[in-house]
Amino acid sequence: MATLLIADHDGVRLGDATAKALTAARQIGAPVDVLVAGDGVAAIAAQAASLAGVARVLVAEGAVLANLLAEPLAELVIRITDAYTVIAAPATSAMKNALPRVAARLDVMQISDVTKVLAADTFERPIYAGNALETVRSDEAKRVLTIRAAAFPASEAGDANAPIEALPAPAASSTSRFVGADLSTSTRPELGSARIIVSGGRALGSAEKFDAVVAPLADRLGAAIGASRAAVDSGYAPNDLQVGQTGKIVAPELYVALGISGAIQHLAGMKDSKVIVAINKDPDAPIFQIADYGLEEDLFTAVPAMMDALA
Amino acid sequence: MKIIVPVKRVVDANIKIRVKADASGVELANVKMAMNPFDEIAVEEALRLKEAGKASEIIVVSVGAASAAETIRTALAMGADRGILVKAEGRVEPLAVAKLLKAIVAREEPGLVILGKQAIDDDSNQTGQMLAALLDWPQGTFASKVAVDGGQVEVTREVDGGLQTVSLALPAVVTTDLRLNEPRYASLPNIMKAKKKPLDETTPEALGVDATPRLEIVSTREPSGRQAGIKVASAAELVQKLKTAGVI
Ligand SMILES: Cc1cc2nc3c(=O)[nH]c(=O)nc-3n(C[C@H](O)[C@H](O)[C@H](O)COP(=O)(O)OP(=O)(O)OC[C@H]3O[C@@H](n4cnc5c(N)ncnc54)[C@H](O)[C@@H]3O)c2cc1C
Ligand SMILES: Cc1cc2nc3c(=O)[nH]c(=O)nc-3n(C[C@H](O)[C@H](O)[C@H](O)COP(=O)(O)OP(=O)(O)OC[C@H]3O[C@@H](n4cnc5c(N)ncnc54)[C@H](O)[C@@H]3O)c2cc1C
Repeated sequence: MATLLIADHDGVRLGDATAKALTAARQIGAPVDVLVAGDGVAAIAAQAASLAGVARVLVAEGAVLANLLAEPLAELVIRITDAYTVIAAPATSAMKNALPRVAARLDVMQISDVTKVLAADTFERPIYAGNALETVRSDEAKRVLTIRAAAFPASEAGDANAPIEALPAPAASSTSRFVGADLSTSTRPELGSARIIVSGGRALGSAEKFDAVVAPLADRLGAAIGASRAAVDSGYAPNDLQVGQTGKIVAPELYVALGISGAIQHLAGMKDSKVIVAINKDPDAPIFQIADYGLEEDLFTAVPAMMDALA
Repeated sequence: MKIIVPVKRVVDANIKIRVKADASGVELANVKMAMNPFDEIAVEEALRLKEAGKASEIIVVSVGAASAAETIRTALAMGADRGILVKAEGRVEPLAVAKLLKAIVAREEPGLVILGKQAIDDDSNQTGQMLAALLDWPQGTFASKVAVDGGQVEVTREVDGGLQTVSLALPAVVTTDLRLNEPRYASLPNIMKAKKKPLDETTPEALGVDATPRLEIVSTREPSGRQAGIKVASAAELVQKLKTAGVI
């Protein structure tokens, strides 16, 4: 039987998280159909159809699906689950919101944040902020999974050309309504797909200093910007930049932590990065225990010196 | 309007847990336990709604062993009105917790259920959404702002791209994110008072719910650790090393 992968997107492009989750979905071994829901998403559907290993793309369009609210999205998915044994989605905020609704309606337990596909019914997932990894098996009739994108490489976009089929959109929910959104507009790479991330912590001290110190280094390296919870709580950086157990989970080639102590909740979001750099003036900061390169120095002198060395 | 707040007893957020040597799970014996931090935020939000005259009664529910009563008492000491302990031993999965909560909702008829967005032990991030689905209620998850106005609740949500606001018709389910509020501490007099507040006990059987786990936990292991690397002496050396490693 087949696997249904629900695509996430920002209304313009297919998210990188979907191409990564597709890799996990393919490892299950059944043909993978991709569902693209939204309003005016023909280009996104075409993008999905070009990914390696997609059997079919299903597109549902309508104003009701424009913001991927959980209620209509779950309604849409429920209608087509008969044909699938596995219903999967990347563990993005939109899918974390909607997928448990699907699982509950199907009366099955969801397996959240899958980091490894061990067999078609057996998966590994982190618990306790990644301090333990649990192998779980499901013998239920259907399996509902969210996939931690950072744990899988992206499936290649190529000359594949899967057939695209249209589905009717569900009716609008009578109890839930989209009011508005305040989304970051940044020309920098997205946290989830960036090759390099420069993150700032409480040590930055203010939003002005965060911008003055973190941003130039990030731009010099072509990096995305991240932040610790302390930096976000203090208003130095917006919430969508938080890295950690309860923020974004990232695994870039290079992660540079500036003035971040290395609390377990922060490490949960970045410890799978290939190379970790820590700049911290406290020799005992726990971040040094996982850093490949540690520099014990005041970040306000170290970062300008790095900029000079990079010039 | 009544508000139900489900609270979970979990290992304290400051504790570094250990996996048992036989890979059967995480060592929980003699480990400091506390209320799930997101649930403290949920209790606080309910209290603020009551203080603002938008809610009449706050009922705290926990599913777990007898010791979960302590977590309920903590919420009562913060100011909640009464508690319900659903006594269940061992693993109770989010789907079962959602079914138990649904049965309690049917009895209590709240206007709002406020849960944490995730429990910091299993990190499932499911229970609230599942409860909303089972009740066929709208949901506002990962809330950083909650405004109740008449028969509506407006919820500002932390999403991947920033913030999103939805308006839900009550009754509804809300799950809390970290920046919704700063939970209060219970004062000593309130801790004393909480001991006299009503705390009922029930069971999955009495609520007509089969709480048998659906998933099999095959094993639990420690992640492969990272070795500490080297200390560099200067920013220039750091840049040199990164260039040599080919990452910049
Ligand atoms: C339920 C829960 C969930 C959480 N989720 C997350 C999460 O998702 N992400 C997250 O990040 N945190 C999370 N936290 C918070 C986490 O526990 C820490 O409080 C937080 O990560 C600390 O941020 P920080 O390292 O920036 O600040 P601090 O711990 O205060 O560290 C600041 C560091 O900067 C160093 N420093 C100070 N000045 C300088 C200077 N001039 N130059 C160089 N170094 C300097 C200090 O030595 C210190 O090590 C969570 C906590 C809880 C309870
Ligand atoms: C006594 C006991 C023993 C356990 N033993 C194990 C074990 O050995 N191995 C193991 O893997 N897991 C164990 N668990 C965890 C349990 O099996 C479930 O995984 C867990 O209750 C639900 O997942 P979650 O907390 O990640 O849900 P999430 O969906 O992340 O939780 C979100 C929110 O739902 C509410 N909620 C969740 N659970 C409860 C609850 N129990 N009561 C009230 N509100 C709740 C809270 O508001 C919480 O913030 C145990 C739980 C208990 C109570």
